[in-house]
Amino acid sequence: MSSTTARVAAARSRGEGSGPRRRGGGVRALYAGNARSVVVRGLVATRSTNWIVVLTGVVEPVFYLLSLGVGLGGYVTGVTDPAGHPISYAAFIAPALLAVSAMNGAVYDSTWNVFFKMHFGKLYQGMLATSLGPLDIALGEILLALLRGGVYGTIFLVVMTALGLNLSWTAVLALPALLLIAFGFASIGMAITSYLKTFQHMDWIQFVMLPMFLLSATFYPLTVYSEPIQWFIQAMPLWHGVELVRSLTTGAIGPMLLVHVAYYAVMVAIGMVFTTRRLRALFLD
Amino acid sequence: MSHALSRVNDVSEPVIHAAGLTKVYGDTVAVGGIDFDVPPGESFGLLGPNGAGKSTTMRMVGAVSTRTAGELSILGLDPDQHGPEIRAQLGVVPQQDNLDMELQARENLLVYGRYFGLPRRVIAQRADELLAFAQLEDKAKSKVDDLSGGMKRRLTIARALINDPRILLLDEPTTGLDPQARHILWDRLFRLKEQGTTLVLTTHYMDEAEQLCDRLVVVDKGRIMAEGSPSALIREHSTREVLEVRFGSDRNADAAKRIGAIAGLGERIEELPDRVLVYADNGEHALAAVIESGLEPVTSLVRRSSLEDVFLRLTGRSLIE
Repeated sequence: MSSTTARVAAARSRGEGSGPRRRGGGVRALYAGNARSVVVRGLVATRSTNWIVVLTGVVEPVFYLLSLGVGLGGYVTGVTDPAGHPISYAAFIAPALLAVSAMNGAVYDSTWNVFFKMHFGKLYQGMLATSLGPLDIALGEILLALLRGGVYGTIFLVVMTALGLNLSWTAVLALPALLLIAFGFASIGMAITSYLKTFQHMDWIQFVMLPMFLLSATFYPLTVYSEPIQWFIQAMPLWHGVELVRSLTTGAIGPMLLVHVAYYAVMVAIGMVFTTRRLRALFLD
Repeated sequence: MSHALSRVNDVSEPVIHAAGLTKVYGDTVAVGGIDFDVPPGESFGLLGPNGAGKSTTMRMVGAVSTRTAGELSILGLDPDQHGPEIRAQLGVVPQQDNLDMELQARENLLVYGRYFGLPRRVIAQRADELLAFAQLEDKAKSKVDDLSGGMKRRLTIARALINDPRILLLDEPTTGLDPQARHILWDRLFRLKEQGTTLVLTTHYMDEAEQLCDRLVVVDKGRIMAEGSPSALIREHSTREVLEVRFGSDRNADAAKRIGAIAGLGERIEELPDRVLVYADNGEHALAAVIESGLEPVTSLVRRSSLEDVFLRLTGRSLIE
């Protein structure tokens, strides 16, 4: 054993083998340009098993909107759009619920679903034995989450229009905004999940998600908080998502939109880098 | 299936070349510098007990694990640099089935073909051919969960063939299957071998190695102990026949000593917990000599030497513990 160890050490220091020892052949080893096949796989699987999960994702935010927005909203006055114009309570929380549903769908797909496939289904192990690279898998899974988020969002936007809660034509842009929000959460969600080892760890995600859902200027304006807490909330991803969507559905367009978009672009990038790195370490050691 | 032979242009060029191949995890040396070459069309086996480093070797050959040191070339390419290209030409049957549980049997083949970026029409045609090859035509629409162990294994092999691979890697292909399912599987693998597919398989069953492998290496603790065809290995490292005698657990050790004292009996004696093995070119003569010496074995059996005996000789341990 020790002689082997010595040999290995010697081989390492000499850089034995074909040229200098380095890990992998760059991007080509990570990405085969075939994320589409992973999306196709997800659609085939959804067709045969998961459509009930898809359905509940549509119904949940509609219930929230009807009970809180339309029901409770009758007693609430004094809320404004991001530019300061007074609007109805339902029109205030509807875009927030839309952003939250994008977040929830993306997080569900990128955490529970991915965790199961990684640890029990051994799906990724099989995929990585083909010409697919880890980046194909990460991108494919995230695109699938976006596709679902897009369907949820479209249906909810239609409901909003029917209830007269879209106050501006810019509400159309809420759909691409939702996809960006979902992309950001899915990317980070998958990165975090790839580091988790047990089901118990998955609870941590819920532990972060619920307060973020309740406190990110979802149901009342940010101004109810003292200034330090406002700063904290504004550092959270969901606040940016809520404000982004709310600006678009109410037509309160301003330069802050660019900040929100940039925030999500950074989330996407960080998530993708870590997910790819982690999948590589896990399955291509 | 349009299989191999025609594609193999240069018979002398090995499809797998490993020299000083090493894998170290932390302080553990899983593979401690092994050398082997596999020419195209050969059926090559890695025989060894659990933990010998077979699976790790297979993962490195399958371009899903990077080597710590040494040389490795698959189809002339370095897996460190060309992982995806190499994997595109391999078929992999892992030790534990990793079929897609959310898909039906035929969908498993279709979707897997897409991972290789193959055109849909090609995949659909091959999927039907492979379902027939795996004798699963009537299970095309079954969920994976509803298939028996042997069927899952055959589906995994069919899936590994969807990209018409140049090398098929099989890690313990029949472990955990009942005898009948094993024989069906061996028959399928033998057909592939006849068609010229290069097979690389690991096993700890000597009968499997004897049936399927043209040539094999015996691996133990990350090292190659011997190499050759099954019959050559047996010739070289064992006698023609083996006499197995049992005296009951308490008396085996004592009996082994007394047998050892019989002049001219066999080449070698191995004392195992449950029996004594006498290696001799004529097992019946050895048995007669044992009985003549006054020993009374509870049971006795004369058989041909197997790879199990080779392994015992080389490592001093049984293959299955």
